[in-house]
Amino acid sequence: MSEPILSLRGVNKSFGPVHVLHDIDFTVRAGEVTALVGDNGAGKSTLVKCIAGIHPVDSGEILFDGKPVHIHGPRDAAALGIEVVYQDLALADNLDVVQNMFLGRERLSGFLLDEAEMELAARRTLASLSVRTVKSVRTPVSSLSGGQRQTVAIAKAVLWDSKVVLLDEPTAALGVAQTRQVLDLVRRLAEQGLGVVLISHNMNDVLEVSDRIATLYLGRMAAELPTRELNHSQVVELITAGRSGDLGLARPDVVTI
Amino acid sequence: MTAEEEVVNGGAIEKPTLGARLLGANTFWIGLVLIALCVVFGVLEPTAFLTLFTVQTLLIETAVLLVLSVGMTFVIITGGIDLSVGSVLIFSGMVSAKAMEWVSGGSSTNAGWGVILFGLVVAIVAGTAWGILNGLLIAAAKIPPLIVTLGTLGAALGAASLLNNGSDIRTLPSTMRTTIGYGTSFGYVPNLVIVAVVLTLIGAWLLHTTVFGRHTFAVGSNAEAARRSGIGVTRHLTSIYTLTGALAGVAGFMSLAYFGSTTISAHSTDNLNAIAAVVMGGTSLFGGVGTVLGTVIGVFIPAVLKKGFNIIHVQDFWQMIAVGAVLIAAVWFDQQRRRSRNR
Ligand SMILES: Nc1ncnc2c1ncn2[C@@H]1O[C@H](COP(=O)(O)OP(=O)(O)OP(=O)(O)O)[C@@H](O)[C@H]1O
Ligand SMILES: [Mg+2]
Repeated sequence: MSEPILSLRGVNKSFGPVHVLHDIDFTVRAGEVTALVGDNGAGKSTLVKCIAGIHPVDSGEILFDGKPVHIHGPRDAAALGIEVVYQDLALADNLDVVQNMFLGRERLSGFLLDEAEMELAARRTLASLSVRTVKSVRTPVSSLSGGQRQTVAIAKAVLWDSKVVLLDEPTAALGVAQTRQVLDLVRRLAEQGLGVVLISHNMNDVLEVSDRIATLYLGRMAAELPTRELNHSQVVELITAGRSGDLGLARPDVVTI
Repeated sequence: MTAEEEVVNGGAIEKPTLGARLLGANTFWIGLVLIALCVVFGVLEPTAFLTLFTVQTLLIETAVLLVLSVGMTFVIITGGIDLSVGSVLIFSGMVSAKAMEWVSGGSSTNAGWGVILFGLVVAIVAGTAWGILNGLLIAAAKIPPLIVTLGTLGAALGAASLLNNGSDIRTLPSTMRTTIGYGTSFGYVPNLVIVAVVLTLIGAWLLHTTVFGRHTFAVGSNAEAARRSGIGVTRHLTSIYTLTGALAGVAGFMSLAYFGSTTISAHSTDNLNAIAAVVMGGTSLFGGVGTVLGTVIGVFIPAVLKKGFNIIHVQDFWQMIAVGAVLIAAVWFDQQRRRSRNR
């Protein structure tokens, strides 16, 4: 089993009176794909945003490479080597593909933006993802299709020399071929030694590509188990009921005894 | 296609041709309108319109508005608005005039360059202060820009009036008036115009080639995306309103030098003129889109119409109607173009 690169211990997060994450323990290992599954509203995106520094956590700690870290914003996360593809993509519509991919981390030559260098790097990354549908890297993102936008968001995340990549439903809008590409990419990133977190509602994809599956149920971590010890129906039960046989959260009546 | 080619092309890449890009740019069309106007007036009254004097006065009269509009371009690209620029201009001019009187110990008519430079610094500081106030209220306190700058529009004008009991200061260093106000360099070029051109070039450079400019577009396009990309949105917005305030301060000093007066009552529509110029130039009120070049063209369309109508003896009021029509038409065309492209 490989080393944990990122771990969360007892993380809690509330939005006002709504307690969204309860005492979450979660581990991401280098060289592995950890799938994060759960029903709509289970708290998956919130968990990702807490790791990315978008939402401050209320309590609990985050360890990176075994050391406690404080992530106060996206810059801190990026500095640690954490990249995120958000569920809503978070692209600036009026900017073109290159500008989006380098947003916040523009390359400079002297005092000025190094457009040529950024364009070349963007094209290389897109080519390595075998993106053929994006006509020009200088078209504004607003004129791309949903799937193309998603590809740009993914390319933006893999452009950097990162250690952990969190992908929040990266294949939701993609066609068959492009989904294949992204799943292959997910495996490839893990083989390169990155810790990869994949959020998906597609059980076949999750079972195929992941090494471990973490299931969130109503904001609690129901189970975090190796994929090979689980089958399709067990995962579905964990997602919908929070437990499956001996696995998952204890029955409420068992707890009271 | 070879593998190397494919990498360079990032998968099938076609660059839109220069022609296609030109036709797609709003700036191109509005630029054509400006050229057409010049040609029409030039043909109608070649001896009066195409003279050095006409061109000089045209440029001088637009210099102050141009400086305000450059700042306004940044603000509107972020999706904001600044109604206070005209009042901040007056306030900066008033404080500057007062300061120059104060260091001269009475009337500053005979003051030298030391006093004049001090006046300039005071004007810039005064404008910057209003800009910071606008920026903090908008970006940090999250009050809508329309409301904040409507408030500071009144406040800055009121404060300027209080400083001299509501009347104008008309005694200003004569050196400042003859050099900056209506002096020329290289034989023909009004100094006021040189100042405006330099500031505009700096603005264009800042907006189109630097990280600051890139982030301005990003914040106006999708503030949340900008935040998640690690851009300090609050700080960036504050600095943009600060920049606009500083430019209004410079404009206040330019106005002082040109008119030789604090002109309290002369700038009540500067804000709207600047907004109209920026929007005519193709900058989107929804944010995320715009150019400084477009703004320059947008500043000149009303000015050329006004000059031209004067020369062919059409009443001034027609200019107001014509500018209104051009403004609405420009925005309408822009929307049509966007719609057809997004389909
Ligand atoms: N910014 C916020 N303010 C208030 N409540 C929020 C906020 N973000 C998320 N929530 C709440 O937190 C809960 C978890 O939301 P989250 O987006 O993490 O779910 P999810 O597991 O990603 O769901 P999905 O599969 O639909 O994407 C929801 O009940 C949601 O209403
Ligand atoms: Mg989600």
